[in-house]
Amino acid sequence: MNELVFFINNVVISGTVAGSIYAIGAIGITLVFSIMRFAHFAHADLMTFGALMVLMFTSLFPGSGALLGIPTPLLMLPLGMAMTAFLAIGIDRTFYKPMREHGVKPIVIVIASLGVTLMLQGLIRLFAGTGSRSMYVGESKGIYRLELPFELASRPIVITEPQITLILFTLVAVIGLHLFMHRTRTGKAMRAMSDNPDLARVSGINTDKVVMVTWILAGCLAAAAGTFLSMDVSLTPDLSFHLLLPIFAAAIVGGVGHPYGAIAGGFLVGFAETLSVFNWAVLLRPIRHWFPEWVEIPRTLALVGTEYKIVVPFFILVVVLVWRPTGIFKGKVI
Amino acid sequence: MSLLNATQVQGGYGGMNILKGVDMAIDKEDIGVIVGPNGAGKSTMLKAIFGLVQVTDGDILLRGESIRNRQPNELVHLGMGFIPQEKNIFPSMTVEENLEMGAYIKPRTTARMLEKIYSFFPDLKQKRKQPSGELSGGQRQMVAMGRALMTEPTLLLLDEPTAGLSPLYMQEIFDRIVEINKAGVGILMVEQNAKQALAIATKGFVLASGQNLFTDTGEKLLNDPDVAKSFLGG
Ligand SMILES: Nc1ncnc2c1ncn2[C@@H]1O[C@H](COP(=O)(O)OP(=O)(O)OP(=O)(O)O)[C@@H](O)[C@H]1O
Ligand SMILES: [Mg+2]
Repeated sequence: MNELVFFINNVVISGTVAGSIYAIGAIGITLVFSIMRFAHFAHADLMTFGALMVLMFTSLFPGSGALLGIPTPLLMLPLGMAMTAFLAIGIDRTFYKPMREHGVKPIVIVIASLGVTLMLQGLIRLFAGTGSRSMYVGESKGIYRLELPFELASRPIVITEPQITLILFTLVAVIGLHLFMHRTRTGKAMRAMSDNPDLARVSGINTDKVVMVTWILAGCLAAAAGTFLSMDVSLTPDLSFHLLLPIFAAAIVGGVGHPYGAIAGGFLVGFAETLSVFNWAVLLRPIRHWFPEWVEIPRTLALVGTEYKIVVPFFILVVVLVWRPTGIFKGKVI
Repeated sequence: MSLLNATQVQGGYGGMNILKGVDMAIDKEDIGVIVGPNGAGKSTMLKAIFGLVQVTDGDILLRGESIRNRQPNELVHLGMGFIPQEKNIFPSMTVEENLEMGAYIKPRTTARMLEKIYSFFPDLKQKRKQPSGELSGGQRQMVAMGRALMTEPTLLLLDEPTAGLSPLYMQEIFDRIVEINKAGVGILMVEQNAKQALAIATKGFVLASGQNLFTDTGEKLLNDPDVAKSFLGG
């Protein structure tokens, strides 16, 4: 039974957490791509920035979350989201918009966004230092231990407060986004612009407004994902660096420009990562007696070591793209 | 005063002049038809009027006011509608959503206009929940026209509305255009089915190499032996 608990803790929960983070990141990338037709490399830095803002507000008003009975970073999240949305719009106005208006090729904007990544990472290090920080100031992270009502299960299922919030947030965000895109006028205008930007313009759709809404959505989602991840682990300036590849892999695997694809891709990459670093030896030990005597079960039996986790998204990317060049859900070819 | 008056329009793509001084005038009661060989600049002229192609010389007046190089969405507000030659629907969106996007600038009238468009194109009502990319060519053309009509424009520009349609469907579309015109909408359209189009035209423009070759009533152009010989296939 303990083996099952181990599996739940290390695969089901970890995979769902990683998958949620990747899905939220990939949705942002996909939204930006479908409206502006370029791959936004600075997206992961919006995540770091959002978390940093939340940490800043948390440090300014430590313990204020207690008023509502929630962790302070959670209380400050809306502020962090707003700041990140502002940053995203600001970056667009200063860098990407002038380029779009000059009608440059998308690749030029992609490279510009790489520049923005480097700039943001530098700025974040300049102001926040290079060390890692806890998002909790004078508070502690809630950890839940669920004991299973079986005799053989002596170990509990462990899930943390930020993990639960992240999973709930992802659920709400996905449903909310769906309703927004299908029920509201602005949401439909976003889909229209993604479908056929010229016709959207000809129809009188305010494309500047659609672009702005896209950045607000992308910024808010990124800030939330960054904050939950930092709450669960810690905030480091290179957070974005570790997220960039998986979220791009997730967006591309799912089918670029396709929000549901981004969700599917995010969970695919998240679970593939956790499954490939999972120590399968643990699950094999209880069925040891089924194997012939001479078979030794090694102490660790994982597909790849944790250090090499980053190869997994690449591997999935290549396999899926060979099988389906436009992603799981038919996306737009970049 | 004409509804639309374009004089000596020059313009094109990226510095290359495709239009070399084109004149065109349309009144509220007119159906203007532009014909001419492929590559003559017919689509370019419509795009120039609708602010999608840079106009470098000449002027375009809407009810006497210059609209030269105005943004398309301003022109929608001024009562113009445009149906491009290709990619004139939102393929992943349903028929109804396509129509709603047509009324983007007038959200309050959406419900009323939807009813009107559905009674005008009953086929669309049946298909309203279907992604428009899954419709037949003729039905797509109706979606495209419906979308442009949602704002109740006073001037409608259509680029080859009957391209690729069977003769029966083509006649159906032309009948609809006449109806729309009777309801008080000035029409300017590009057509390859020149004979049938000129038959409903009050004004015809023959364009070649970015210049007006002939301008007259539809009927006169149809019966002009020069026009017939070179542009109407004998
Ligand atoms: N987007 C573009 N960029 C550059 N040149 C273009 C573009 N679109 C059209 N052209 C050029 O402009 C000229 C006129 O094209 P236009 O589309 O106006 O022709 P048309 O009269 O509508 O022809 P058709 O009957 O085939 O639709 C052509 O020589 C074409 O090569
Ligand atoms: Mg054309």
